[in-house]
Amino acid sequence: MRRLVVILPVLLFAALLGIMAALLTDGERNNDPSRLPSPLVGKTAPVISLPAIAENIPGGFSTEDLKGHVTIVNVFASWCIPCLAEHPLITKLAADGARVYGINHRDTAADATTWLRRHGNPYEAIGADTDARASLEWGVTGVPETFIIDANGKIAYKHAGPITPEVLEGKILPKLREAEGG
Amino acid sequence: MKQIPAILALTILVVMAGGPPALAVEPDEVLANPVLEGRARAISTELRCVVCQNQSIDDSDADIARDLRLLVRERLVAGDNDEEVVDYIVARYGDFVLLRPPFQPNTLALWLGPPLMAVIIATLSVLFYQTYQRRRRAGTGPEPLSPSDRAELDALVERIASTNPPSPSSVPRSRFRAEIEEGLKPPPDPDDELPGADESSDNDTHAGNADTQRQT
Repeated sequence: MRRLVVILPVLLFAALLGIMAALLTDGERNNDPSRLPSPLVGKTAPVISLPAIAENIPGGFSTEDLKGHVTIVNVFASWCIPCLAEHPLITKLAADGARVYGINHRDTAADATTWLRRHGNPYEAIGADTDARASLEWGVTGVPETFIIDANGKIAYKHAGPITPEVLEGKILPKLREAEGG
Repeated sequence: MKQIPAILALTILVVMAGGPPALAVEPDEVLANPVLEGRARAISTELRCVVCQNQSIDDSDADIARDLRLLVRERLVAGDNDEEVVDYIVARYGDFVLLRPPFQPNTLALWLGPPLMAVIIATLSVLFYQTYQRRRRAGTGPEPLSPSDRAELDALVERIASTNPPSPSSVPRSRFRAEIEEGLKPPPDPDDELPGADESSDNDTHAGNADTQRQT
């Protein structure tokens, strides 16, 4: 009994350290905000309807327009550096046949137009979300974020943060195939 | 001229103290209806700014916090009750936006962990205290005489008694034993105390007695 009194706190402390170490080192569950699971995944995408950025840029779309096809919806902004970093991969996705829509997050028409002219516009259509109200509706915490919406309008996957080649190969493409197959 | 450092110090102090804490809520966000605004403020303090992690949207200057504050007000104006407003945001951002996590299966450890720890620590404290008390109680009072001590004591008493033939005036033999056993004084070393009777103090009862007995 007396030995238990001495050993028990040590054991409890060791167990606590173990749990903390496991949680800190487990990449899928660690406290990185970009890894927060979105409660919207698996649910129908909340209804949004966005105007075009400018007349000469194809755009303006609503959730209704997304139905019938698997689509990728990329939230971006001209002021967002990681967006620029992932832009070639978004462009490649579109070139490979994916239907990519853009939500232009908290941007001005002039800045967005300049940015798209300079870096290319791979988007099927772009909706201007000047006040970020639509982004809120979709639970966007920052830019860039990328959603995969299945043909029924359900959010199949969401990635927060820039798409890297690893993310593209490991997450986006498999989820895209999964959504197309299902 | 001498006051300049003092004035400077005071200025720095005032600037650093910063006066009342700056409010994140901008005047243009505030609703005209004070009741709704009050509810909006109350809800806002319970919602996490998802990009700042430990600030409520009521405290944060982040764009998304402002957007969420406006969303809260928009829902309130639309007629939602407080719970509906919170549910609306939780549906989009998950339980993570709640600064006060809900009590549900995946938060059991969070809610029950601390009370459980308190119970464990209280139990251990009681056990430690009891052990301590038991040891302390065992430590007070004289150690019981070991058999060898007892034998030595008996021999000593025997020797004193043999050099002190009992007489009506002398102290009864039983008192020697009682006094020694109670530890009122350490058992005298026979080689030291009995011959050196002169060194004995007046209240040194048995030695003094032995002395007088021998002198007579």
